[in-house]
Amino acid sequence: MDKIQGIITYINGPVIKAKNMEMFKMREMVTVGEKRLIGEIISIDGDIGTVQVYEETTGLKIGEKIDSTGKPLSVKLGPGIIGNIFDGIQRPLNFIYEKSGGFISEGIGLASIDLTKKWDVTVLVKEGDTVKEGSVFATVKETPLITHKLMIPPGINGKIVYAEKNGTYDLEEVLLKIDDGKTVHDIKMYQEWPVRTPRPVKERMPIEKPLITGQRVIDTFFPVAKGGTAAIPGGFGTGKTMTQHQLAKWSDADIIVYIGCGERGNEMTEVLEDFPKLIDPNSNLPLMNRTILIANTSNMPVAAREASIYTGITIAEYFRDMGYNVAIMADSTSRWAEALREISGRLEEMPAEEGYPAYLPSRLAEFYERAGYVTTLGDDEASVTIIGAVSPAGGDFSEPVTQNTKRFVGAFLGLDKKLAYARHYPAINWLSSYSGYLASLNSWYRNNVSEDMMNLRGEMLRVLQEESKLLEIVKLVGEDVLPDEQRLILEIAKLIKIGYLQQNAYHKDDTYVPLNKQYRMLKVIKLFYEHANEVIKKGIPISKIKSSQLYNDILKMKYSIPNDYKDEFDNFENQIITYFDSLIEAYEG
Amino acid sequence: MNIIKEYMQLDKIEGPLIVLSGVDNAAYDEIVEIKTNSGTKHGKVVQLHNDKAIVQVFETTSGMSVKDVSVRFTGSPLEINLSKDILGRVFNGIGEPIDDGGEIFGGVKMDVNGRPINPVARRYPRNFIQTGISAIDGLTTLIRGQKLPIFSGNGLPHNQIAAQIVRQAKISEEEGQDFAVVFAAMGVKHDDAHYFLKAFEESGVLERVVMFLNLADDPVVERIITPRCALTAAEYLAFNHNMHILVIMTDITSYCEALREISSAREEVPGRKGYPGYLYSDLASLYERAGMMEDSSGSITQIPILTMPNDDITHPIPDLTGYITEGQIVLSREIFQRNIYPPINILPSLSRLMKDGIGEGYTRDDHPAVSSQVFSSYSRVQEVIALSQVIGEDELSDIDKKYLEFGKAFEEKFLKQDFDENRNINETLELAWEILSILPKSELDRIDSKTIDAHYRG
Repeated sequence: MDKIQGIITYINGPVIKAKNMEMFKMREMVTVGEKRLIGEIISIDGDIGTVQVYEETTGLKIGEKIDSTGKPLSVKLGPGIIGNIFDGIQRPLNFIYEKSGGFISEGIGLASIDLTKKWDVTVLVKEGDTVKEGSVFATVKETPLITHKLMIPPGINGKIVYAEKNGTYDLEEVLLKIDDGKTVHDIKMYQEWPVRTPRPVKERMPIEKPLITGQRVIDTFFPVAKGGTAAIPGGFGTGKTMTQHQLAKWSDADIIVYIGCGERGNEMTEVLEDFPKLIDPNSNLPLMNRTILIANTSNMPVAAREASIYTGITIAEYFRDMGYNVAIMADSTSRWAEALREISGRLEEMPAEEGYPAYLPSRLAEFYERAGYVTTLGDDEASVTIIGAVSPAGGDFSEPVTQNTKRFVGAFLGLDKKLAYARHYPAINWLSSYSGYLASLNSWYRNNVSEDMMNLRGEMLRVLQEESKLLEIVKLVGEDVLPDEQRLILEIAKLIKIGYLQQNAYHKDDTYVPLNKQYRMLKVIKLFYEHANEVIKKGIPISKIKSSQLYNDILKMKYSIPNDYKDEFDNFENQIITYFDSLIEAYEG
Repeated sequence: MNIIKEYMQLDKIEGPLIVLSGVDNAAYDEIVEIKTNSGTKHGKVVQLHNDKAIVQVFETTSGMSVKDVSVRFTGSPLEINLSKDILGRVFNGIGEPIDDGGEIFGGVKMDVNGRPINPVARRYPRNFIQTGISAIDGLTTLIRGQKLPIFSGNGLPHNQIAAQIVRQAKISEEEGQDFAVVFAAMGVKHDDAHYFLKAFEESGVLERVVMFLNLADDPVVERIITPRCALTAAEYLAFNHNMHILVIMTDITSYCEALREISSAREEVPGRKGYPGYLYSDLASLYERAGMMEDSSGSITQIPILTMPNDDITHPIPDLTGYITEGQIVLSREIFQRNIYPPINILPSLSRLMKDGIGEGYTRDDHPAVSSQVFSSYSRVQEVIALSQVIGEDELSDIDKKYLEFGKAFEEKFLKQDFDENRNINETLELAWEILSILPKSELDRIDSKTIDAHYRG
């Protein structure tokens, strides 16, 4: 058979060029050279095609051949994804480990989820039924937590002419045959989808539910919405990865996709060791039962790092289509942008800002726009939430990746070096961060937490803002000069900062705090503030307030009051009222 | 049959690069041998285009002419010979012996570029290495298998600190577990190299040290290879022979400058400050070679040293390094000028792995809380100092005065120690309690009351 093969004419790191390529398609997946490295066509000019290679090109020679695979870079979507760890192009790292040992070598070839593994399938349809794209035809219990719903792939509608019964099947067996009037489609347990194309949905819906993370500074002050987008920028050492790990552990999403994109190998190992041991507070099952990991560490090939983001979001969309709420953590999108820059540089494209290609903003927008709260083709409500870490060069938020990300995300959780230096974690700066979802989530908080939750948040944020102004004065003249009313603001701000915003990821209760406890804690601080303010207006010195045991108790209530509190908060509030009443009595009497 | 062709003519020589044409069968990244009148040089293929090859020459190209040469493609990437005999030996920047011990025979040939460790094959590092330096052990704990760089400046005592770590560190605590030091010098001065040689000698580890030296007057391009040779040797000893290896690489700044020089000779699109866009990936290909693996009991711990140009921590080299390494130890000129050794500025310093390697079962149960409290209190000290500069020390509130006292005690008692003073972790933590006890109990908001009652003095 005459198979058209490209012939390599140019090699420069992960970028190669070949001639005889006019029959190849843009974005098609190819194999390169004798080692059959995996690559993707990124430009065609006459008969010269440019390929980015997802593996090391060491040893490749001019004149070696390029073969077409006939399809774009795709992932296989089916049972076996959850709990797995993949590289940037969905090859299971365990499979690579078995094949090439502890060090990753090139030329392993394409691999994906295990197609030979057998699963117990419950079939929900029968011969003669009419089905449409996106509808669920069978289920597989993939983990104790997640039922994997097998769906009719997008684009296929018709009548079932053949259906298997309930039973045990592997992924290659044909479970259904569907006649759409023209052709008969074989439906297996998995479907393939090109990673750069968003999977279709019926319609987008407005955002109105929060992604509950158990992190006070996020849930109370800068909430992230289900179906929304958030960016976490921060210089090195400010705790980006720590925050992402916390979100991956405790968010109330059904499925978590965690992409380690150009980051440290040990961090992925940490997730692999920790998550099977950690218990999800909502289901009491190990977190690994709902987690999918994609690891393309900083020393793995740079082109695969570029692809890893798309592999991750495509998997997320697939589980969304089943009706699940999926959250995707990308750590870090800056490394992805740098991969774009590196490849663009090798292509000798004209650079825009700081060497990044001019299409950086449009690529970022395309990625973040794949988030959303939707009605799926199967008529379920579901969502994909994207939380991207950003690693700005020099910790400077004015650099291109941070600035362009800011344009496309709804919530911005800026990490602060100063807070990190003082080991104030999470080091989310309450003055520079914002959430654009407050208005859309307002009614949810009203109905599900409390009528005054958002007002309370506003008041406390105002105290923090006033504090920052007062601190400017304190820097110049010292605290003692301020009137007691203003000093009280400083003390209340301290309560909020230490007692509320700081959260200990290593404390068994404090690592995840339910919303109702968050609300009660904030309420205690407010009660204390109101009474203290009244007392000060009567001329009682602030030292009486600062030195009270109550003040210290509030600082430590996050530890002393358990998450499943009973009447502790009520008692606490009574104590505050009694204390201040007695203070006033003693003063007036 | 493989006929090895020799090419007798070059098209072009430009800086460290040579261009040849009429080449066939050359492979990307392979090593070439270049014979000239003044001896044999080596280079590697960095770009191939039709019959043209661009080769980056490791040694200097001065004296080379476009005629009068003979170039041979070796067909393999740069490999070095490794056996256990490398212990105690000295090599040049591209892994050739330069002491009088002769070639390394037997053993295995390994590609210096290495390969990425599969994350599923890694073991997560959790074992504490006691360095005997309070600021490190107490606050930025070094963990076996970690990469923890020293961010320094010209003229600061980073070499002394590294030497002290080599002398005092308990890299291997179990009996029978072998340890060794791999030392990579990139563009360092002769006297710095000599200092390390002497330091290794004095601490009696010389026969356990493998040295790769590319000194300041050695060819710049060789510098790109030096750390790769060193890390390949380290991987060989750690993963083939289950040894605990401490790798010291100095100076990463010279390495990055060499990279920039080649990049600009190749007319690549520059990123920040003229450094190539792939600087992050390139540095990662060095730093990520630290760690531990499932099928071996050995480990590689890296202490890279870099001098921050103009003491600027936001410069691309420290910046990108900090994003890859698992923390950093930052030295401060201001503290150094106050005559405090080691001049570690603890606030920007950090050890990312310490959270899993300290506390009960590792060091002492109060360690995490104590270190967090010292950080938080010392950062308050900086605010108080700033305030006292405006309003004067006398005007400070009583509690602020306590903080000043704490700050002084921290620097004079806890931070400051002698070059040959070796404090164990208990001594370090007791010292921390001694200085924390200057502050009233109510200021210790990071420590729970039970722990405070058990250790607070006064």
